[in-house]
Amino acid sequence: MATDILMPALSPTMEKGNLAKWLKKEGDAVKSGDVLAEIETDKATMEVEAIDEGILAKILIEEGTEGVKVNTPIAIIAGEGEDVAAAAAGGGAKPEASAPAQSAPTPTMQAEGQASAPAATAKSGDDKANAPAAPAVITNKAPAPVMEEFPAGTEMVTMTVRESLRDAMAEEMRREDSVFVMGEEVAEYQGAYKVTQGLLQEFGARRVVDTPITEHGFAGIAAGAAFTGLRPIVEFMTFNFAMQAIDHIINSAAKTLYMSGGQLGCPIVFRGPNGAAARVGAQHSHDYSAWYSNVPGLKVIAPYTASDAKGLLKAAIRDPNPVIFLENEILYGQSFPVPKLDDFVLPIGKARIHRTGKDVTIVSFSIGMTYALKAAQALAEEGIEAEVIDLRTLRPMDTDTIVESVKKTGRCVTVEEGFPQSGIGAEIIARLMADAFDFLDAPVLRVTGKDVPMPYAANLEKLALPNVAEVIQAVKAVCYR
Amino acid sequence: MDAANEAGQAKADSAKGSAQLGTGGGDAPTHAPAPNTPQFTREEDLHAYHEMLLIRRFEEKAGQLYGMGLIGGFCHLYIGQEAVVIGMQMASVEGDQTITGYRDHGHMLACGMDPKGVMAELTGRRGGYSRGKGGSMHMFSKEKQFFGGHGIVGAQVSLGTGLGFADAYKKNGKVSLTYMGDGAANQGQVYESFNMAQLWKLPVVYVIENNRYAMGTSVARASAQTDFSKRGVSFGIPGEQVDGMDVRTVREAASRAVEHARSGQGPYILEMQTYRYRGHSMSDPAKYRTKDEVSKMRDEHDPIEMVRKRLIEMHGVPEADLKATDAKVRETVNDAAEFATHDPEPDPSELWTDILLEARA
Repeated sequence: MATDILMPALSPTMEKGNLAKWLKKEGDAVKSGDVLAEIETDKATMEVEAIDEGILAKILIEEGTEGVKVNTPIAIIAGEGEDVAAAAAGGGAKPEASAPAQSAPTPTMQAEGQASAPAATAKSGDDKANAPAAPAVITNKAPAPVMEEFPAGTEMVTMTVRESLRDAMAEEMRREDSVFVMGEEVAEYQGAYKVTQGLLQEFGARRVVDTPITEHGFAGIAAGAAFTGLRPIVEFMTFNFAMQAIDHIINSAAKTLYMSGGQLGCPIVFRGPNGAAARVGAQHSHDYSAWYSNVPGLKVIAPYTASDAKGLLKAAIRDPNPVIFLENEILYGQSFPVPKLDDFVLPIGKARIHRTGKDVTIVSFSIGMTYALKAAQALAEEGIEAEVIDLRTLRPMDTDTIVESVKKTGRCVTVEEGFPQSGIGAEIIARLMADAFDFLDAPVLRVTGKDVPMPYAANLEKLALPNVAEVIQAVKAVCYR
Repeated sequence: MDAANEAGQAKADSAKGSAQLGTGGGDAPTHAPAPNTPQFTREEDLHAYHEMLLIRRFEEKAGQLYGMGLIGGFCHLYIGQEAVVIGMQMASVEGDQTITGYRDHGHMLACGMDPKGVMAELTGRRGGYSRGKGGSMHMFSKEKQFFGGHGIVGAQVSLGTGLGFADAYKKNGKVSLTYMGDGAANQGQVYESFNMAQLWKLPVVYVIENNRYAMGTSVARASAQTDFSKRGVSFGIPGEQVDGMDVRTVREAASRAVEHARSGQGPYILEMQTYRYRGHSMSDPAKYRTKDEVSKMRDEHDPIEMVRKRLIEMHGVPEADLKATDAKVRETVNDAAEFATHDPEPDPSELWTDILLEARA
């Protein structure tokens, strides 16, 4: 019978992609293993192979089409001996009823973090099971004009977090020859998550350095280079792999200035995606925010918006200290307005009031902001006006902004994807006990990831992460509603 | 393991240690100098004598001060290994970087760092190189291009490779002298670094100071390949075993290695066969080797005595001159100890300084 070829999901977080090119045309006979088409995602270009033999009866999505959603039928294959015309006419009409997808992506360029990417959809028709566990994108409006971080009337351009990170690095590399990027797949591959796209072409192999898969070694090499005054940007494919290198991050980079009595600084940025992506299991989903924020001698940044990502990465590269820059894979593809300025640098160590409110303070950072903002939106409809603070920098932590807000609202909830014990929320609560106890009208509550290693199963993963309902529930609890 | 067994094990280990010494199978820097041993001029020998003696006397003094409770924590003495760092230093030029592990006092003195500042760091005083905040294992001098002083075994190898990376990046013609012990040579990051250094042809000379014991574990008990010069074979890094007790052979091998690295051919490995007379640290029970083993090395292969003998017998230096040198060195060391024991402790406000640098405006 005729089968639909569906737009495959080629990575854990992919929701749509571009149909770059058809390599077969209608009427062509195809056999298992033939490459049918090339699909472009924001991370990579991949090939779609046929699994069964048959005739390519109809192409449903023309090449060059952008933004094709995962699971959309892109072509129909007529089975052996089947009437091709009939198959072409009928096959694509009811994708829900069709047989499971018969395409298997052959990732020619796949990030290591995605090695377990499912081949297309195993259970078409069960959309819930396939939906990413992470929160859906919410409309990213321009930040509330609470803080003057760029001149009023500055032109804003919409760009993804990924692009803003790349631009930040490129701008700083143009500015100073001592700045270079090193890491796995940062150069020829263009970045495992395409964050370093185009840097090799502009700056060459001297300054965009592909390393072997040896985090411990190259983190040490970069730290040693930084001792001499170079300014390395070390990309970890994910911060999970930085566990191999944590000795150099902590013992070499963070402590040497102190141990040398101020003689030897280590101007280095360690950056990469941190925390859960989607369905990548316990070893690829850990949120290390609290770990690094525990260490004197480090600065730790975890931005949410593209604008903050850009302004803070530029600041991190210029900073004379080791900076841990925690990105988030799910946020990479999200778009935000970014000020169009020649040199947009933000101060490290300043939180941003993302949304003003008078009833309760919600403090979060990075992807936690998506839960916080959606909850704030829903709560507003129920008459609770939440002030949402984006920490942006975890160390040094901007206690003043939190305390000032809590003095106004008297109530506070923290939101993070990391584990509860000794987490960022725990730290905020301790600081509020010390600095805002008399202003609190209710105990501070935290919403965190659950105290379990990240499970793989979609339903369990969803349960392990915080969600909007939990934030709403916590806010209502502290508001006694 | 009960106490009796433990003692038995320790005895077995030390027996093994002396057996190794007897066989000398690539492990012991024994025998008389080979006929083609390179020669030093009178000036070179005088220089080496002074430099090595300074390290020896400095370390002896540090041991004393430790015994008096004036130096705390860990203190790893370099006594016995002096020829390695001095021979290396004689083959390097100003601007070449040096980095090592925790047995680092000798390297600092060899780099020309002030003995007062080093000793005051050992005693944790404000005049120490790290203003009292680093201690024995953590001293640095940007001026002398000495990059530490690292307490995590093997970490300095990646960091030292990074110094070489920076030299290559800046094309400054300098070489990174990266020291490690036979213990560190088994760490994983060492091989990650070897791989990248050769891949990128970084100007790094890896100096493996094989003093035959990683703490109390003899090389034979810890290393499947006890010829450390071969540790770079799978990366194509050339290596050689060197009599690390003879400053002349050290200097000669070092010159080859440094030239190789400086000329853009990539890293080079030197296994320096040496010996430490003292324990791993001051609190070493010394149960893993015999006293005989130590005294045999001391009597027959002492790097300083060899030079002293040469100076008198070959170069005709009057004993009185050498005694004057001895006195001068003792004075330097005594001055350092005097300073280090009278300099005040750091101001309490120093607790909160040097954690982060101010960002540039």
